[in-house]
Amino acid sequence: MIALAPLAAVGRSTLAMLGTIGSVALYAAITLGHILRPPFYIREFFSALLTIGYFSLPVVGLTTLFTGGALALQIFSGGARFNAESVVPQIVAIGIVRELGPVLTGLMVAGRVSAAIAAEIATMKVTEQLDALVTLSTNPIKYLTVPRVLAATIALPFLAAVGDIIGIMGGYLVGVTRLDFNAAVYLRNTVDFLETADVVSGLVKAAVFGFIVALMGCYHGMNSGRGAQGVGRATTNAVVSSSILILASNYLLTELFF
Amino acid sequence: MIELRDVHKAFGSNRVLRGVNLTIPGGTSMVIIGGSGTGKSVALKSILGLVKPDSGTILLDGEDVAKAERDAFLARFGMLFQGGALFDSLTVWQNVAFRLLRGSLKRPIEEARAIAVEKLRRVGLKPEVADLFPAELSGGMQKRVGLARAIAAEPEIIFFDEPTTGLDPIMAGVINELIREIVTEMGATAMTITHDMSSVRAIADHVAMLHDGVIQWTGPVADMDASGDPYLDQFIHGRAEGPIEAVR
Repeated sequence: MIALAPLAAVGRSTLAMLGTIGSVALYAAITLGHILRPPFYIREFFSALLTIGYFSLPVVGLTTLFTGGALALQIFSGGARFNAESVVPQIVAIGIVRELGPVLTGLMVAGRVSAAIAAEIATMKVTEQLDALVTLSTNPIKYLTVPRVLAATIALPFLAAVGDIIGIMGGYLVGVTRLDFNAAVYLRNTVDFLETADVVSGLVKAAVFGFIVALMGCYHGMNSGRGAQGVGRATTNAVVSSSILILASNYLLTELFF
Repeated sequence: MIELRDVHKAFGSNRVLRGVNLTIPGGTSMVIIGGSGTGKSVALKSILGLVKPDSGTILLDGEDVAKAERDAFLARFGMLFQGGALFDSLTVWQNVAFRLLRGSLKRPIEEARAIAVEKLRRVGLKPEVADLFPAELSGGMQKRVGLARAIAAEPEIIFFDEPTTGLDPIMAGVINELIREIVTEMGATAMTITHDMSSVRAIADHVAMLHDGVIQWTGPVADMDASGDPYLDQFIHGRAEGPIEAVR
């Protein structure tokens, strides 16, 4: 029996994980089912759009700015090994627009927004505000989840687009000031090399990441345990699960697009 | 009239309700008493559908609540939660008028605000409080706002979950009086759960004692002191010795 204990533990973990996957899938399906059915909480939607989109701009901007700069230095250094230093503008552009822009935007918003959503909803659960919503004839999923999921799905592509521009600008600043690129040539190479599909695929990825970030925040908030520990665990789980799902879905979407 | 018939509910191995039978006549105030963790809140939440009973039937005016149309059913209820359960992101008047700003009872904003201010006045709060946020209020004021929200849509049935918990004795007395006045004036059916005996005497027409998952005793509040039930006697006199184990 003792020899079987580790196997039993693996079995229990697997069953728990499968149960969670099923539960999240059901929650996503219920949320999607509510999106097109009234009532619509317009005020809550715009409030979420402001919080998720506008207030995330500084975090996303700073992250992509420094990443763009670092990317330019790395490509220059790596390219020098086979005399390909001149490809810095093109690789920075494609790297940021296809991958780093949407992924970094998703991860930063996961840290900032998913955690905040989970903490807010978990606290509402602990303080019986979710029960109060039900007694006031208001569906918590419709009132809390749907506006946040919609807002994040719409806001993330815009954030990623801003992140793309700032990230490329980071590469441009480093390229021109540190690596002696001609400013006009750097910009022309960037613009000429990028294709519409590069940009669109990145923005589609960002929309998917937005859906994931808000859904995970709401799911873990609604399913939190009791007390301060429950709120803390919900917050951690929201950030960890949304980050993992962003990276996993990024790979799947990349396979799909290219 | 609300009827609970043989209602059972367990959470894992913890059998909280073990066959609750209780009738609350329309227009009366029933107070359910019992120690902490005896299932008072679970019984109340079962009626509202916030907790699904494992078995048994709950009837509202003869209709099974599990089969009732949800929005119409909930529109008949108002509830004061133990901690107030006010929405932090909304102002006091938006909390009070929550039900009047959306759904089937939706009113124009100005009218909803006017009703909210009137309900705040009814519970002894000034109009200036309307634009504050819940975090800016004291515990007693939050309870009053919760009470104003519970009565804002003029419900037929009002539930009060531990209405005086966390309040000083004077504020508890004020809340008890307010509840009694409002229930009488609205002609509502009221169900209160508490372990505060001053609340029981101030609010109740009828009392039911929940112990070990069943209704141990029920009757008019006037009969409570002479019930002869050892469980009820121990509880209302707060004795450590008796059939109820002090350590649960």
